Amino acid sequence: MQAAFTRILRGQGDILGLLVFFAVVLVFFGLTTPRFLAAGTFQSIAFQLPELGLLTLAMLLPILSGGLNLAITFTANIAGLAMAWIIQLGGGPEAGLLVVLLGTVAALVVGALAGGVMGVVVAFVGAHPILVSLAMMIFLRGLGEFLTRGGDISGFPPFIATIGHGTVLGIPLPLLILLVAAVLWQVLLGRSRFGFSTYMAGSNLEATRYSGIDTRRVLVLVYVLSGVMSAVAGILMLTRFNSVRVGHGEAYLLITVLACFLGGVDPFGGFGRTAAVVLALVILQTIASGLNLMGAHQHLATALWGVFLIAVMVGRWVWQRWNWRAPG
Amino acid sequence: MAAGDVAGGDAARHVLAVEHVSKVFGGVRALVDVDFDVLEGEVHCLAGENGCGKSTLIKIVSGVHAPEPGAVLRFAGERVEGLTPVTARRLGIQVIWQDLALFPEMTVAENIAFEANLGGRPRWVDYRAMRRTASRVLERLGVALPTGRPLRELGIAQRQVVAIARALVAEARLVFMDEPTASLTQAETRALFEVVHRLKADGIATVFVSHRLAEVLEIAERVTVLRDGRKVGVFPAGELTQNRLAELMTGEAHEAVVRARDLTAAPVVLEVDGLARGGEYEDISFRLHAGEILGVTGLLGAGRTEVAATLFGLTAPDRGGMRLDGRDLRLGSNRDAIRAGIAYVSEDRLSLGLVQPQSISRNVAITVLDRLLGFFGLLDPARERRLVGDWVDRLRIRIGRPEDAVATLSGGNQQRVVLAKWLATEPRLLILDSPTVGVDIGARAGIFQIVRELAAEGLAILMISDEIPELYHNADRILHMRAGRLVGEFQPGEAPIEAIEAAVHA
Repeated sequence: MQAAFTRILRGQGDILGLLVFFAVVLVFFGLTTPRFLAAGTFQSIAFQLPELGLLTLAMLLPILSGGLNLAITFTANIAGLAMAWIIQLGGGPEAGLLVVLLGTVAALVVGALAGGVMGVVVAFVGAHPILVSLAMMIFLRGLGEFLTRGGDISGFPPFIATIGHGTVLGIPLPLLILLVAAVLWQVLLGRSRFGFSTYMAGSNLEATRYSGIDTRRVLVLVYVLSGVMSAVAGILMLTRFNSVRVGHGEAYLLITVLACFLGGVDPFGGFGRTAAVVLALVILQTIASGLNLMGAHQHLATALWGVFLIAVMVGRWVWQRWNWRAPG
Repeated sequence: MAAGDVAGGDAARHVLAVEHVSKVFGGVRALVDVDFDVLEGEVHCLAGENGCGKSTLIKIVSGVHAPEPGAVLRFAGERVEGLTPVTARRLGIQVIWQDLALFPEMTVAENIAFEANLGGRPRWVDYRAMRRTASRVLERLGVALPTGRPLRELGIAQRQVVAIARALVAEARLVFMDEPTASLTQAETRALFEVVHRLKADGIATVFVSHRLAEVLEIAERVTVLRDGRKVGVFPAGELTQNRLAELMTGEAHEAVVRARDLTAAPVVLEVDGLARGGEYEDISFRLHAGEILGVTGLLGAGRTEVAATLFGLTAPDRGGMRLDGRDLRLGSNRDAIRAGIAYVSEDRLSLGLVQPQSISRNVAITVLDRLLGFFGLLDPARERRLVGDWVDRLRIRIGRPEDAVATLSGGNQQRVVLAKWLATEPRLLILDSPTVGVDIGARAGIFQIVRELAAEGLAILMISDEIPELYHNADRILHMRAGRLVGEFQPGEAPIEAIEAAVHA
C-alpha cells in the first residue's frame, strides 16, 4: 500500500512543490487582501489565464525539443488577421457561422504555415531556432503592421463575443479551450511517438537520429504544432477583444518562457511536463490578480513576477542540494 | 610490502611512501587502508579498473584530497602532514591528468614555462626567458618541438610532451601520468616511453596509470594493483603476464582462448562488393556469414567507421553494392537500414549511442516505438515496462530503476543498454564499433560473452576494434584496413597475434 503510494508520488516532486507554493500564495492573499477569496477573483483569473496559457503551450513544445519560438505572439496576430479578413469578406457583422468557421480554419492554416517554415529551416538548414524564430517574428510583425497600417481590425458578428466572454455550466469558455488544449498536449507529449521523440531529440538530436527517429520530421512537426497553438491563442484574442491588432499580447512572449521554466521545464530541452507548466501559469496569474486587488500597480506586479521566478530558481537549487546530501 | 620496510633504512630512496591511506566519500569507501610507495627514478604502474581508487590515491598524494586520519605520508623520507596542492608541488609531485590542462591558444614555450616565470618581480613577462627555459627542458627530454607555435597546432602526442616538460620545469621528482597513451599510436607511444626513460636517467620517478596491460608490463618495473579501493599487492612487472594482471585487477580468472570457427559454409548474410566512397574508403569487398563474428581492425583513420556508417545508411557509397540476405541494399537513411535488419552500436556511446540524460527505459524503447503502441495509437507504458524488463533480464543489465538516467550507469552497463536497444529491433546484422571503449576489463568479458551468444543464435556480427587481442580471442576472422583499403585477412589461431599486431602497426 505504502509502496504503491510512494510509486505514485515518485517523479511528482515538481507538481507537489508547485501545489505547496500555490497554497502559500492563496493563504498569503487570503489573509492580506479581504476581497481575494471571492468568486469574482477566480472568475477574472479564469478569463485572463487562457491567452497566456495557450501561448505558453505554444512555447513549451519548441523548448522541449531544445529550441525556442519567439514568433508565437505575432503568429497569433497574423492568424487573427487571416480570420478577420475572411469574416470581413464574408459580410463583416452580418457574417454567418459558416464564414466564421472558415475564418477559424484559415487562422489555423496560417499558424501552421508560419510554424512550418520555421520548422523546415531549423530541421533542414540546422540554423539556431532563436535566430530563425526571431527572423519570423520580425517578418510577421512587419507584414501585419503593413497590412493593417498599425490600426485595429474590427466589425465581427455579435455571436463571436460569446466565445470570448461566455460560460458553460459557469466555466468560462476560454478556460475550457485552454483545458482541452492542455489535455491534448499532455497526451501528445506523454503518450505519443511524436512526444517521445521530441523529448529524446531535445536531449540529444544526433543520438536520437542514430536510433532511427526521423528527427527532421519531428522538428518540423514541433514548430507546426507550436504555430497552430499560437493561432488558437490568436483566435481567442480576436473573440475577447472583438478586434485584431498587431502587437497585441507582445508582452506575453517572455512570460511564456518564464512560465515554462517555473513549471520545471529544462531550459536546454528534453525535460518538462504540461501539467506542471499549467500549474505554474495558474500561480503566476493568481499572484498578478492578488497584487491587483491589493491595489499594487500593474507594472509592479510584473516586477514581482521576476523576483518570484528568481526566488523559485534559488529555492530549487537549495532543494536539490539538500536532497543530494540526504542519505539514500 | 610490510610497513616496516618503508620506514626502514632505505627510506631515503623512497621519493614517496604512504601507509594506511583511507578515504570515504559520502559513505562510500573509495580507499581502504592502502600502502603505496615509489622509489627514486622508478617507473611504477598503478593498475586497476575504473572506480578502484586510483584517482583518489593520486589526488591524496598530490594534496587535492585529505586522507582520513591515521594515514602516514612520507616524501623522500620526511613525514608531511596537512598536504595541500601547493606543498605537494613544492615536494616535487606533478600530476599530468588525461586532459593535460594546457592552454591551446598559448605557444609551446608559454605552456612549458609560464608557471616558472610568474610571480617574480618586476611583473613583466619575459618571453625570451620563457623560450630559453622551454628549449632547455625539451633538449633534456631529447625532443624537438616548435616552441613559438601555438599549442593547438600540435598533435596529442606532442602536447603530452609539453605537459611533461612543464612538470620538469617545476622541478618534479615524481610525475603521475593518467592514461597517457590512450590516444597515441604505437609509434607515438614508443616516443613517449623514450621520454620516460630519459626521466628515469635523471632520477625522476614516473607513475603510469594505464589500462593497456601490454604497455604496463613493458614500461613498468613494479606494478601496484588496486581493486575496490583496496591494495591487492605490489608486483615486479617481470613476474606478471597480461592474463595474471587482468585477474588481479578484476579478481576473476581470465582464460585467453581462441574461439575462431570456420563458418564459410554458413549462409551469407552480408555481401559487400567493390564499395567505395571518395576520400573515405576504396574497393571494399567481403562476405559475412550467419553466426559469424567478423573483426575489422586498423589504425584510427583507416576508414573502418566510415564503412560502418555506409552500411548503416548514414552515408551513401559512390560505387559498389551491398546485399543483405541476397537482396540489394538501397539505403536512403539509417531508418532504411534499421528496417532492413541492420543495427549499429556506435563507438561514441556518450554522444551518439545513447541519449545520456534520458531514462534507461526510454533509451531501450526508442528503436521499437512501433511495437509499443496500444489504444488509439498511443504508447502503452505497460508494454514499454515489459520490453525493458525483458532486456534488462536477458542481458543481465544491473540497473536501479528503469526511470533512472542512463548516464548513472557504468560503462559496461551502458553498453548493455545499447545492445538491448538494438537487439530489440531483431536485426540480421549487428555492427559493433569499438564496443569496449570506456568499459572495464571485467565488464568487457561480459559484453563479449553476450556477443558470442548472439552469434551462436545466428546473428551476423561485424566487430570493429583497435584492441587486437579482443578480436583475436573473440572473432572468427579478422580483416585489416589501412588507408581506406582492405589489405589483409587473418584467421585467429592460424596466424599468431604478434603477426597481426605487427602488420597493423607496421
